[in-house]
Amino acid sequence: MILTNIEEVPGRRILEHYGLVQGNTIRAKHVGKDILASIKNIFGGELAAYTELLSESRKEATDRMIQQAEAMGANAIINVRYSTSSVAQGAAELYAYGTAV
Amino acid sequence: MLLDIIILISLLALGYYFGQRAEKKHYKSIIERENQLIKLPLVALKTPPPIKQYEVNAALVTGSVVISIDFFKKFIASLKMLFGGRLTTYESLLDRARREALLRLREQAKIRNAFVVLNTRIETASISKSSGRREGSIGSIEVVAYGTAISMTNRRRNITS
Repeated sequence: MILTNIEEVPGRRILEHYGLVQGNTIRAKHVGKDILASIKNIFGGELAAYTELLSESRKEATDRMIQQAEAMGANAIINVRYSTSSVAQGAAELYAYGTAV
Repeated sequence: MLLDIIILISLLALGYYFGQRAEKKHYKSIIERENQLIKLPLVALKTPPPIKQYEVNAALVTGSVVISIDFFKKFIASLKMLFGGRLTTYESLLDRARREALLRLREQAKIRNAFVVLNTRIETASISKSSGRREGSIGSIEVVAYGTAISMTNRRRNITS
């Protein structure tokens, strides 16, 4: 599966558009990690645990999007976009969408 | 009462010391790595460079970072919010986060032997609002950068979708 965030796949020709595919995941934060994070809020610096958590969740959202595209019989997704929104206190939704071709 | 003040002052001192040290170290490493990766341009354009179309390969690359503010900076910012004006303490935080995310994006692109990253987008989200004591205070922020890495392939490819 080829993913791009431009309107084409360089070097390939798009034959058919299958439509929008999407994937999302909602993650709540771990209480222990939250406590660690609030300690880090005193000292400042990178929150490696959160970076990892979010990139993992983003990967999961992407995987779900890819699954959907595969079910459609597509072999690439173009114009992929990511967005993050907080649905509740302490939980975040990661959303990925694109056009299957 | 006295204990409260002592706790506040010690938190401020800790935040100041560790925060400043972390920031200096981070900026040093950012500048160092930026110099190493200066040959790999990130562009916000959507059209690929004019090269023979069948020789390129595209892939989505991302880079993300979650960075937290220290207590001292938060305190200064909350004081400044009374008077308005530039919040320089937050400016440096966001600057560091963006540059770090872009660097990670470039590192990802470098692994794929890319020579350019097209349509680079940067997104910022503020997370862990709940861990702040005050309403609407920024505890930590996440920055995601993503784009399409274009790399050259030697062998010719069949033109299919």
